[in-house]
Amino acid sequence: MNAIVRTILQRLGLGVVTLFVVSMIISLAMAMLPSDFAQSILGQAATPDTVKAFREEIGLDRSPVIRYVDWVGGIVTGDFGMSFAGAGSLSGNRRPVIDLIQPRLMNTLFLASMTAIVAVPLALVLGMLAALYRNSLFDRTVNVVTLTAVSSPEFFLAYVLMVFFVSQWHIFPSLAKVDANTAFFERVYRCALPSLTLLLIIVAQMMRMTRAAIINLLSSPYIEMARLKGIAPRQIIFRHALPNAWAPIANVIALNLAYLVVGVVIVEAVFVYPGIGKLMVDSVQRKDLPVVQGCALIFAATYILLNLAADIVSIVTNPRLLHPR
Amino acid sequence: MSNTTTTAEHQPIIVRRSFWQLAWRELRRAPPTAWFGMIVIALYIFAAVFAPWIAPYSETELVGGAYEPWSAQFLLGTDQLGRDFLSRLIYASRNTIGIAVLTTAISFTLGGLLGLLSAVLGGWVDQILGRGVDVLMAIPQLIFALVLLSIVGASLINLVLIIAVLDSTRVYRLTRAVAMNVVVMDFVEAAKLQGEKIHWIMTREVLPNILPPLTAEFGLRFCFVFLTISALSFLGLGIQPPTADWGSMVKENATLINYGNITPLLPAGAIALLTVAVNFVVDWFLHKTSGLKG
Repeated sequence: MNAIVRTILQRLGLGVVTLFVVSMIISLAMAMLPSDFAQSILGQAATPDTVKAFREEIGLDRSPVIRYVDWVGGIVTGDFGMSFAGAGSLSGNRRPVIDLIQPRLMNTLFLASMTAIVAVPLALVLGMLAALYRNSLFDRTVNVVTLTAVSSPEFFLAYVLMVFFVSQWHIFPSLAKVDANTAFFERVYRCALPSLTLLLIIVAQMMRMTRAAIINLLSSPYIEMARLKGIAPRQIIFRHALPNAWAPIANVIALNLAYLVVGVVIVEAVFVYPGIGKLMVDSVQRKDLPVVQGCALIFAATYILLNLAADIVSIVTNPRLLHPR
Repeated sequence: MSNTTTTAEHQPIIVRRSFWQLAWRELRRAPPTAWFGMIVIALYIFAAVFAPWIAPYSETELVGGAYEPWSAQFLLGTDQLGRDFLSRLIYASRNTIGIAVLTTAISFTLGGLLGLLSAVLGGWVDQILGRGVDVLMAIPQLIFALVLLSIVGASLINLVLIIAVLDSTRVYRLTRAVAMNVVVMDFVEAAKLQGEKIHWIMTREVLPNILPPLTAEFGLRFCFVFLTISALSFLGLGIQPPTADWGSMVKENATLINYGNITPLLPAGAIALLTVAVNFVVDWFLHKTSGLKG
């Protein structure tokens, strides 16, 4: 067990270092702002005094290094800074970024979990079936369908589903309006369409990768040997192929869950779902930089974490990588 | 022995065919999906190049009321301002595909150059570039593009440069991986000992041997860049109006879907069709050049 724990700690350390460097890049972006952005944020209230006060408030007069350290220090204690929205108004009611992000993050996590719980088993089963019956009609049809799903832009699939489920059959609502008080089953009903869109995309990708991984596995020499020995196909699958298949499959799952993080941005925009993806898009359009930075950091952290998980699983399940010479 | 053989010239046993004859022979053996892909790509290129001659109206001219239904005068109706939908669809092929090709070309040049440099030079150049690329790849591409676009603003040149730089990281990874396999070979070592300059080794020794995977990657990168630009335009941060673009056309006319009108699905379908076609062709190309089993 020692080797596994050591590997996990090493990789976690690497992930933390990467996250720090990523946060530096994101905060560096703040320094690239054109000089007149303060005027555009404050709008009508942009007198030389208010501009100067605003710049002092967000720390543009201090050096980038101090600004970065302040920001990171704030994040570690849960303070992501103040949003720019409402900066010019007389009452000065700028909201803390964390207040904006937290409920949205919960919403997105709900949507993502709902999708992942159904998608992962479905994709694994379909992928394994396609690999076992490769080059059959089932396999070829599934191949073409998943290739189309993977190549389509997410909004295409979202709108196609909308046309069928909302306009033609009137099953689901077209806008996924949820808030803090929505009951559980009502939430599931409202989130069904965005979840279905994400499901299609994720299942298609995972299925293709699972199929490729298992076909790769089934052409190994030891599987051929088992077949020549006359072992029953079910035994071959369960005792020889599957134990070696966990590594690539877990890799596939982690990579696709990481993709879910990004794909969620478009789907939330289409269905106007109040999640963190929609928040980020809206903030980008309003040039509300602290919110954009906070969201980007959360996305990057999730992405790094999931890629890390994929890395760790592929090392831990492969004895050759676990105990390198 | 047959007494019809003469001592005059024998027929050569090896028939030399020209490059075009060989190419045609390969094409004939291609699977139907690859043919479908190539025909579709040719149609798109035709539409993009000859857009001013094919489109019935101009790209920005207001020719009717808003959201008019499909009729003989406006084959696909009008959009939210009264411009002809079909004409904008055809002109958008020019804009979207042109910008995507340009961006892919820039990203490929940048990533390929850095990848080759990294593989040939090795040492600390390789380490620095590799770590830099690792960090850039740690942020999902769409998110990073959104952050950068929110700062520098969504103009066309910013869009092209940002996506090209972010995408060049993937090209760097692939180029370095395949070039490493070639760089360790004897002929490259011989060239280095002969004192050939870096640019010679990169372009005349290594590059010709890694062209097949790079060409396939160009197709895949084009698809990814194309989808990213469409997604950004759909979110309103990509190609700005009034330039016709498939992604923004979907967003502008999205309300029609609530009434069961599928017109906004057509630009999105156009994007999907081109990506599928390029994927089919790339699949066939990869299958040919690497002899993958299964």
